Amino acid sequence: MSDGAIKVDVRCTVNGATHTLRVRPMARLLDVLREDLHLTGTKEGCGEGECGACSVLIDGELVNSCLVPVLQVEGAEIKTIEGVAAGAELHAVQQAFIECGGAQCGICTPGMVLAAVSLLAHTPQPTDADIRHGLAGNLCRCTGYMKIFDAVVRACERAGVKA
Amino acid sequence: MQTEIVGKPVPRKEGRSKVTGAARYVDDLSMPGMLYGTTVRSPVARGRIRAVTFGEGIPWDEFVVVTAKDIPGENAVALILLDQPYLAAEFVNHAEEPVLLLAHEDKHLLERARRAVTVDIEPLPAVFTLEESLAGKEIVWGEDNVFKSYLVDKGNVDEVWTQPDLLIVEGEYSTGAQEQLYIETNGVIAVANAAEGVTVWGSMQCPYYVHKALLKLFALPPERVRVVQCETGGGFGGKEEYPSMIGGHAALLSWKAGGRPVKIIYDRAEDMVATTKRHPSLTRHRTAVTREGKLVAMDIEFVVDGGAYATLSAVVLSRGTIHAAGPYTCPNVRVRSRAVATNVPPHGAFRGFGAPQSIFALERQLDKVAGAVGLSPAEFRRRNFIREGETTATGQVIREPVDMAGLLDRAFELTDYEAKRERFARENAENNSTQKRGIGFASFMHGAGFTGSGEDYLKSIVGAEADAEGRVRVLAASTEIGQGTNTIFAQLASNALGLDYDLVEMAQPDTGNVPDSGPTVASRTCMIVGKLVESAAVGLRQTLQGAGLLTDEYTQDEWREACRRYVERYGALKSFSQYKPPPGVHWDDEKYQGDAYGAYAWAVYVAEVTVDTLTYETRVDDFVAVQEVGKVVHPVLAAGQIEGGVAQAIGFTLYENVVWQDGRMINNQMTNYVMPTSADLPPIRVHFEEQPYQYGPAGGAKGIGELPMDGGAPAILNAIEQATGVRFTHVPLMPEALMRGLNEKA
Amino acid sequence: MRAYLPDYHLRAPKTLADALDVLAREPGVWRAFAGGTDLMVLLEFGALKHKNFLSIRHLPELRGIEVTPDHVVLGALTSYTEIQRDADVRREFPLLCAAARETGGIAIQNRGTLGGNVVNASPAADSPPALLVYDAELELVSASGTRHVPYDTFHTGYKQMDMRPDELLRSIRLPRTTGDLRTYYRKVGTRKAQAISKICFAAGARLATDGRIKDARIGLGSVAPTVVRCARTEDVLRDQTPDEATIKAACASLVQEIVPIDDMRSTAEYRARVAANLLADFLSTLKIDGGKSDSA
Ligand SMILES: Cc1cc2nc3c(=O)[nH]c(=O)nc-3n(C[C@H](O)[C@H](O)[C@H](O)COP(=O)(O)OP(=O)(O)OC[C@H]3O[C@@H](n4cnc5c(N)ncnc54)[C@H](O)[C@@H]3O)c2cc1C
Ligand code: FES
Ligand code: FES
Repeated sequence: MSDGAIKVDVRCTVNGATHTLRVRPMARLLDVLREDLHLTGTKEGCGEGECGACSVLIDGELVNSCLVPVLQVEGAEIKTIEGVAAGAELHAVQQAFIECGGAQCGICTPGMVLAAVSLLAHTPQPTDADIRHGLAGNLCRCTGYMKIFDAVVRACERAGVKA
Repeated sequence: MQTEIVGKPVPRKEGRSKVTGAARYVDDLSMPGMLYGTTVRSPVARGRIRAVTFGEGIPWDEFVVVTAKDIPGENAVALILLDQPYLAAEFVNHAEEPVLLLAHEDKHLLERARRAVTVDIEPLPAVFTLEESLAGKEIVWGEDNVFKSYLVDKGNVDEVWTQPDLLIVEGEYSTGAQEQLYIETNGVIAVANAAEGVTVWGSMQCPYYVHKALLKLFALPPERVRVVQCETGGGFGGKEEYPSMIGGHAALLSWKAGGRPVKIIYDRAEDMVATTKRHPSLTRHRTAVTREGKLVAMDIEFVVDGGAYATLSAVVLSRGTIHAAGPYTCPNVRVRSRAVATNVPPHGAFRGFGAPQSIFALERQLDKVAGAVGLSPAEFRRRNFIREGETTATGQVIREPVDMAGLLDRAFELTDYEAKRERFARENAENNSTQKRGIGFASFMHGAGFTGSGEDYLKSIVGAEADAEGRVRVLAASTEIGQGTNTIFAQLASNALGLDYDLVEMAQPDTGNVPDSGPTVASRTCMIVGKLVESAAVGLRQTLQGAGLLTDEYTQDEWREACRRYVERYGALKSFSQYKPPPGVHWDDEKYQGDAYGAYAWAVYVAEVTVDTLTYETRVDDFVAVQEVGKVVHPVLAAGQIEGGVAQAIGFTLYENVVWQDGRMINNQMTNYVMPTSADLPPIRVHFEEQPYQYGPAGGAKGIGELPMDGGAPAILNAIEQATGVRFTHVPLMPEALMRGLNEKA
Repeated sequence: MRAYLPDYHLRAPKTLADALDVLAREPGVWRAFAGGTDLMVLLEFGALKHKNFLSIRHLPELRGIEVTPDHVVLGALTSYTEIQRDADVRREFPLLCAAARETGGIAIQNRGTLGGNVVNASPAADSPPALLVYDAELELVSASGTRHVPYDTFHTGYKQMDMRPDELLRSIRLPRTTGDLRTYYRKVGTRKAQAISKICFAAGARLATDGRIKDARIGLGSVAPTVVRCARTEDVLRDQTPDEATIKAACASLVQEIVPIDDMRSTAEYRARVAANLLADFLSTLKIDGGKSDSA
């Protein structure tokens, strides 16, 4: 038996566009996004769920795409970093990351932005402890996180933060 | 017109592409016909290769296979020495040493093939620690296991020990390895064949290092080798030398595959187990002080574990050696230092480059000496801080105003240090709470730029060009690795020319297109290369003025117009500038004496901790970093550098423990090698004092990149000593060791 | 990715009945795949030996939190996020909430399931000590029916458990008898989030009106080949006043009862010592404030 080699159809929505993907069921969502859909904004930092660089939103919830077999996104709505800005207009979180110095090397940034977007969607007025807890699954080696906290605070000061 | 761009938090040049996911890192690139490459590595630490066997069930004829025999040029990674092979031919000297390379278009099959190759090695005795290496348990490198040694000798320490009325204090300190843990692992793509030469794209800090290494590996002239830096997801020193290795590997595979592109991306486990880490170190101090607390002699022995090959250990050792005696005046100083070989993967560059190790030892030792004299750690240091006109251990006369005592005051004021020190002492003694508090500090300096004559040898060059629309491009091989090179260089150039920040951009670092501005290391990018950016930019203006197209005062429109007319008339408008040492700087490489660095950044860091005596865990509650770094070019980026460095230092001190077994890191996963998360770090409060350095760019910038790595470990352990009464001497200080220390005290 | 992907099979049976049917017809061939937060890590490292999986994430019978008069029944697929959001669980089972909040980071909490945590059977798992304290019971289903197994007897050895290859874990049932239980939870894992426990300590106690301990329950992770309920130490505590002598006796008993090891994350010595310290700390909270619940 070797149906793992056999590809199946998985239907899902990515950043608002519907796709029927022909994939191996156990393929990581991360690889399907990057290789099949060429959405390379989602990064791989560890492949083991630790770093959060691969974070995406599945049905509005923050998830590590390196831990999701693509079969499990059948019927799901996925948002990647490429779907966060509304066209040319940056999301408040993205804008704040630029202004506050929340991105240095940038490799953690797509995941970090999604974690922040998700945090603010669930907790529009987060405390310092909420922010620290909400981002703790996203590792950043460059910033020491302080400027990222600043960015989250600035983003929620601005009206209209929505996931 | 003056835009006053320096000192302003202008938006990061590549900020938008980073927050939208548009920025392209090497793993985001793909080329038609591309193969994936992988590395078969040594299973043992030291031995002789007996055989390589290719297992069953793999269509081996579909694979590109490269061994040492396939190397067209020299099988050595050209850096300082030529001792490290690209692929082990007969002997292996560390676990995970590359032996063979494979490439295939299916990466899943490639991994299966990698596992099907068996390297049979007859083991030889190995040494795994610097103590074993020093003891000569086995000679594994050269004649005596020593890569390099230095002697700094000021005054005469030997005459001091017998003098009357002095206190002599001894101490021994050690630090462990630390993984850089950039979130983007090492990766490259190469295209190489005899007809077109070699091109490598990759994640790296130093394109010209890779360039130099490839010339040797392929025996090609410089113009046939091209190295291009892609967006780079962090380096911290970890992508200083290693890209020469992985870049060479991908190029060898491509060469054998007739020029098909080959991509190699390490996974996290491979990156951690096989690539460089911070050098473990051992420092012994013998200090003589008067009863009034004046330093009379410092005798320091400093040893770093270089791993199996020489790589950069000599220069890491050099920086550690020069920083070993710190920002203090002492008439007699001797530093004897050695970098020794062990059979572990070569240790390499990591932010601070030897200085965090020797400064850790010094700043722990000085708290001990203060205690012996009966002074507070602060008062003891105040009596010994170096001042303008005094000399460092290498005999360098400090010619700039330096006010360590002022930095100390500022740091204490910001933390309420004295009151807390007193309160914690009282509370720890009085109550039987399981939470013990402590506050401690470290004072230190960090030299910017290459050590000694390093910049002289490098002779870095930077170019600038302007197009017909007046847009300026800076041409430099200095890389943006998150620290802000693109932004700062654009600020410096636009400031020098009085143009809008948006009118200036950075060329992609590509050895085919930019001159060699030297490596992106050693806190040199802003101070040294930035100065060259300024003068290259000014060269453009002078050319336009010389051609009579521009007057002394001009508007941006006049600039554009001048550029348009120049380009029309003469073609390309370019200007280059090359490093020249500031006047009066002397360095003696033989005696290790003289002006070790053009300028120093000075700092005092204060840490406040709570030690939980139930779990022996330490939490840093507050951290204040006060430093004098010359002119601050970009306040947000500068603070971001300090915060990030402090976070790494906290990791180095309390969280990040490389667990070794037979010369191999066994906790090579992010889940088992633990760096701090956002929930673990204290507020990191950063304050700058600005004392312009006369030869720095933008009216006096110095370097800051490495500085923040230096002070965290000693400040935290000094605080833990207050909390627990135990004098810990090793970092990382893991809870298990803290428990043992408390038990021994009880 | 170090696994050879084409070797792995993942199917999504339409219904629970279909899933159970496949498991019954080919026993041992198929295994459940829930949130994947344990399985995908093994896959990444090329360490996932089993090759055939049934995705159960979409099966409604395994989802949801149901409150009956005597029990709170958590579907095996209940995520850590759902645990924390549920008001009943928060009120009555604070240890479980504390464990959920300290498991991984947000993304893991969104995806990882309580059932997966139980059946993955890691001795370092963080929810099981809480489940032990709460006297949890597991509901196992197969094509041939339903079984209830007290959680305390479920783990029989390292990664061994009282579950047949044709069974799925359907739910975890918690008796609603926690009203006067004084509880204490502490996860020790060096860092505050994304940590694998070096020690996970959960405890609960009921006090008699005279201050004596009527009933003590201690669940520990990372101190033995399985998570453990420390029955002998609980016996030592029963009917005792939590004074210094009792605390000493209990700690002495605890370090005898557990069998921690040295590994790359910590040492046996540390684990034993910290377990004893935490027990002492828990017991002293009973003493000082007459037993207000602590960190959980
Ligand atoms: C970054 C990271 C951090 C983590 N942090 C923690 C932590 O702090 N604490 C902690 O305890 N764990 C932690 N984990 C481990 C993991 O997230 C948990 O064990 C989680 O609960 C597993 O659930 P799952 O649904 O993802 O399991 P899966 O990976 O889907 O399955 C795990 C095992 O359980 C079996 N299984 C699952 N559901 C059923 C069922 N209903 N019936 C029968 N068998 C079943 C599977 O066959 C498999 O053997 C972490 C994991 C990662 C990647
Ligand atoms: S790559 Fe998925 S969490 Fe690190
Ligand atoms: S910005 Fe580099 S890892 Fe976060």
